[in-house]
Amino acid sequence: MTELDVAPTAPSALAKLPLDALHRRLGARMAPFAGYEMPLQYEAGIVAETAHTRRAASLFDVSHMGQAILAGAGVARALETLASADLISLAPERTRYTQLLNETGGILDDLLVTRLPGVEERLLLVVNAARKQHDFALIAAALPRFDFNPLDRVLLALQGPRAAAVLGALLPGAEDLAFLGWRAFDFGGAPLFVSRSGYTGEDGFELSLRAEHAADLAHLLLAHEDVGPAGLGARDALRLEAGLPLYGHDLDETTDPVEAGLGWSIGKRRRIEGGFPGYARIRQGFELGPARMRVGLLPRSKAPLREGAALHALEDETVGHVTSGGFSPTLQRPIAMGYVAINHAKVGATLSATLRDKRIEVDVAALPFVAHRYFRTPVGKDAR
Amino acid sequence: MSDRRYSKDHEYVALEGDIATLGISDYAQSQLGDIVFIELPDVGKKVVKGKEIAVIESVKAASEVYSPVGGEVVEVNSQLGETPALVNDDPLGRGWLVKVRISDPGECASLMDAAAYSSFLKTL
Repeated sequence: MTELDVAPTAPSALAKLPLDALHRRLGARMAPFAGYEMPLQYEAGIVAETAHTRRAASLFDVSHMGQAILAGAGVARALETLASADLISLAPERTRYTQLLNETGGILDDLLVTRLPGVEERLLLVVNAARKQHDFALIAAALPRFDFNPLDRVLLALQGPRAAAVLGALLPGAEDLAFLGWRAFDFGGAPLFVSRSGYTGEDGFELSLRAEHAADLAHLLLAHEDVGPAGLGARDALRLEAGLPLYGHDLDETTDPVEAGLGWSIGKRRRIEGGFPGYARIRQGFELGPARMRVGLLPRSKAPLREGAALHALEDETVGHVTSGGFSPTLQRPIAMGYVAINHAKVGATLSATLRDKRIEVDVAALPFVAHRYFRTPVGKDAR
Repeated sequence: MSDRRYSKDHEYVALEGDIATLGISDYAQSQLGDIVFIELPDVGKKVVKGKEIAVIESVKAASEVYSPVGGEVVEVNSQLGETPALVNDDPLGRGWLVKVRISDPGECASLMDAAAYSSFLKTL
């Protein structure tokens, strides 16, 4: 038998994660992804790891992602020339989601930007693994007046409804961070960056620290009865259930933020003032509505509908395509997302797709498939 | 079972008379991970050695199953429609896929026995 959609990569070309030995001890099945040997799943498997994340908490190693600090007076204003979020108003110790755009408004990458505390103006960037060389070269070339330093740090994600209690027991105060809040804690005498964010739709944290302290932190977290390891397979299932787009699949240089359903990330001032690449197309998208939209898709089949499948209106005209598709462990059914021409993109519309010579009906559905459960700061508390 | 023979693509056949029971090996199911859907052929379909006979969908990916023998499909495992995970739980038993009336018993001779397959796995 053979897997239909996995291209082999020479193992010698792959980089190892700093915690590679730990993953192997935990029984990880490793697979190539973005130039790294990554844990695809552990012994429990993708379905159980997904369920555990929704029920308790899971630890993911996402050290393949790119981390960097961009610093200098006026750096937020400068980065606004490449990305569409309102970064000038970003308060210290707050994180914002945005995209790097090309001249036609296409998405070069999506990333998280955190304004670091301190007198000096510094931004912490976390970008996609497969795009880090591209992004870092772009930023260094476009903003030469600023200090740009890629960071060599492990990045762990602790995700799930028990994450706050587990992390708070280890780092008092972490459980009080607001959603998209950020703080540096001390861990073993070294700074541990904690951001209340993630890619699962659950409450959770992303934890960045130097490799020499990372195994200690991972062991402490995994020793907790509520925490299990989870791999990229579960991460992909969780983000698809949460309706979150994946760069290189649901987002690329041909998709713009408005049609991708990411218009919310473009602040009001930026919509009016522009000043970022592709503003003309994006303004037009806001004013006239986009020509197509990223939507949820529910195939009326037991078989998953996979990336690349064409979507047809009932009269056979091609009106879109699937960009991510798989099986939802939480809903126990196939789910997908993709782009559909606006006049067919209404929730409840029925399209069709061809799956191995069989015609199946596909319903346009609202995203997310599984409701987000991000942390909401209790009323009366400071949002920090 | 001593008469079970394996292909390099990790399918097995267990022969009784001229009926071959086809499935995938324990190694194959462990590599696929959680199986969520299996597309089986219709009874009566003619299968050719080395050609696709079924598709197994795991959470991550779709994988083709090639028939290690040629012949005609006489039965499919209808329990897999409701419980595809049987292939994960018991690939050599209740997780069998298809029964084929083989046209050339000699085709089985070119497949590996359990000991040879076990040695083959160590080379991967």
